[in-house]
Amino acid sequence: MAATDLTGPQRHPAGVAAGVAAGALVAEDLACRRGARLVFAGVSFVVPPGGALVVRGANGAGKSSLLRLVAGLVAPAAGRLVWGSQPLAADPAGHRARLHYVGHQDAVKPGMTARDTLAFWAALRGHGRGISLAIADALASLALDPVADWPCRWLSAGQRRRLALARLLVAPAELWLLDEPTTALDEDGRMRLETMIEAHRAGGGRVLLATHLPLALHGAATLHLDRFAPLEDPAAETWT
Amino acid sequence: MTALRGIFCRDLALTLHQGGDAGLVLAFFILAVVLFPFGVGPEAEVLARIAAGILWVAALFAALLSLDRLYQPDYEDGGLDLLALAPLPLELCVLAKSAAHWVATGLPLVLASPVLALFVDLDPRAMPTLVASLLLGTPFLSLIGSVAAALTLGARRQGVLLSLLVLPLYVPPLVFGAGAVEASALGMTARPDLLILGALTLAALPLAPWASAAALRQALA
Repeated sequence: MAATDLTGPQRHPAGVAAGVAAGALVAEDLACRRGARLVFAGVSFVVPPGGALVVRGANGAGKSSLLRLVAGLVAPAAGRLVWGSQPLAADPAGHRARLHYVGHQDAVKPGMTARDTLAFWAALRGHGRGISLAIADALASLALDPVADWPCRWLSAGQRRRLALARLLVAPAELWLLDEPTTALDEDGRMRLETMIEAHRAGGGRVLLATHLPLALHGAATLHLDRFAPLEDPAAETWT
Repeated sequence: MTALRGIFCRDLALTLHQGGDAGLVLAFFILAVVLFPFGVGPEAEVLARIAAGILWVAALFAALLSLDRLYQPDYEDGGLDLLALAPLPLELCVLAKSAAHWVATGLPLVLASPVLALFVDLDPRAMPTLVASLLLGTPFLSLIGSVAAALTLGARRQGVLLSLLVLPLYVPPLVFGAGAVEASALGMTARPDLLILGALTLAALPLAPWASAAALRQALA
């Protein structure tokens, strides 16, 4: 993963470069069960510092489930996740502190302004005073500054998505988990997202990304989840 | 601390300004109490006899009204995922949300209760006990309510299910809360009832957030 080959301006979220620990995120033989259905099994991958993994697959292949699994929201049915040399299950709080998750939904309250929303999510990650500069910076890098003080109910779907992505910039985290981040984004938004991700990786950050749209990410690995669909599911038979 | 204050202030602002949940709860409390004199007739001695029960039961129902909004909005807009993924323990996050819920919906009930007590002709001697009992008891309602709200998250007819789940659990504070007020009205000491009421809330303080967080994790998994 050559992290030097970057297009676009380099924007370093403060502190990412300093806070990167050596060691890779390793998934070993992961399986995921949702209800009675085995969604995928035998998934293994490695995301080194500065690496990006693009997760692809048909609807229902388990892209979102994989991301929630890596986030620690869902426990794997089999296999394990390791960060460096430590299993994630051993230190869930430490793992939460180093990741950002952007899901399908934007987690935007209609009554709050974009600026307040970012301030809230920054505070939740322990960034209180002196965050307003970083917030202004994040708003600017997603071209949200003209609408920063509007209540979010006035924002379009694309602007809400940009706001959800701006969370990534206000509080640095080593691992970004992005679930269909390009939904509702226009061409300009997509390019800004690419720039953000490449800058994040240049600082040693890692990205796991579920997407249908091709994003221009340098040297990103691809995981095709369709290939890990279990052929037969023993548990499913008991339900029929 | 920053994170806890952030959650508390945001939830408080959202409940107070936006949906008007706080105002709704207070209006319900006032209306429910005011209905009783119409129902049982204006005889002062009848009303005074049941005043403690009226005020406490009305407060319970009012507290119930806003519980389904405790986690539902965050659950629907994906914010709950992010709260669960925040570095701070989910238990503390639940505690901050419950505290905001109490300040927005419980505290107004406490403050309005002396005025409403006049409508049902409560003995003036019992007024301080009424305020004290609600002050001690309403945090219990928010805390235990948060567990029920978390357990019923995402269920169809959440509001109804929540009421069925939580009302039986509200019996202890009702017994001791109304008991305290009644004791005062009869000129006896309310101290034992108030102490038990306080003990209930103190017991719920660590236990409810823990149970609530476990239920939330289950809902998100």
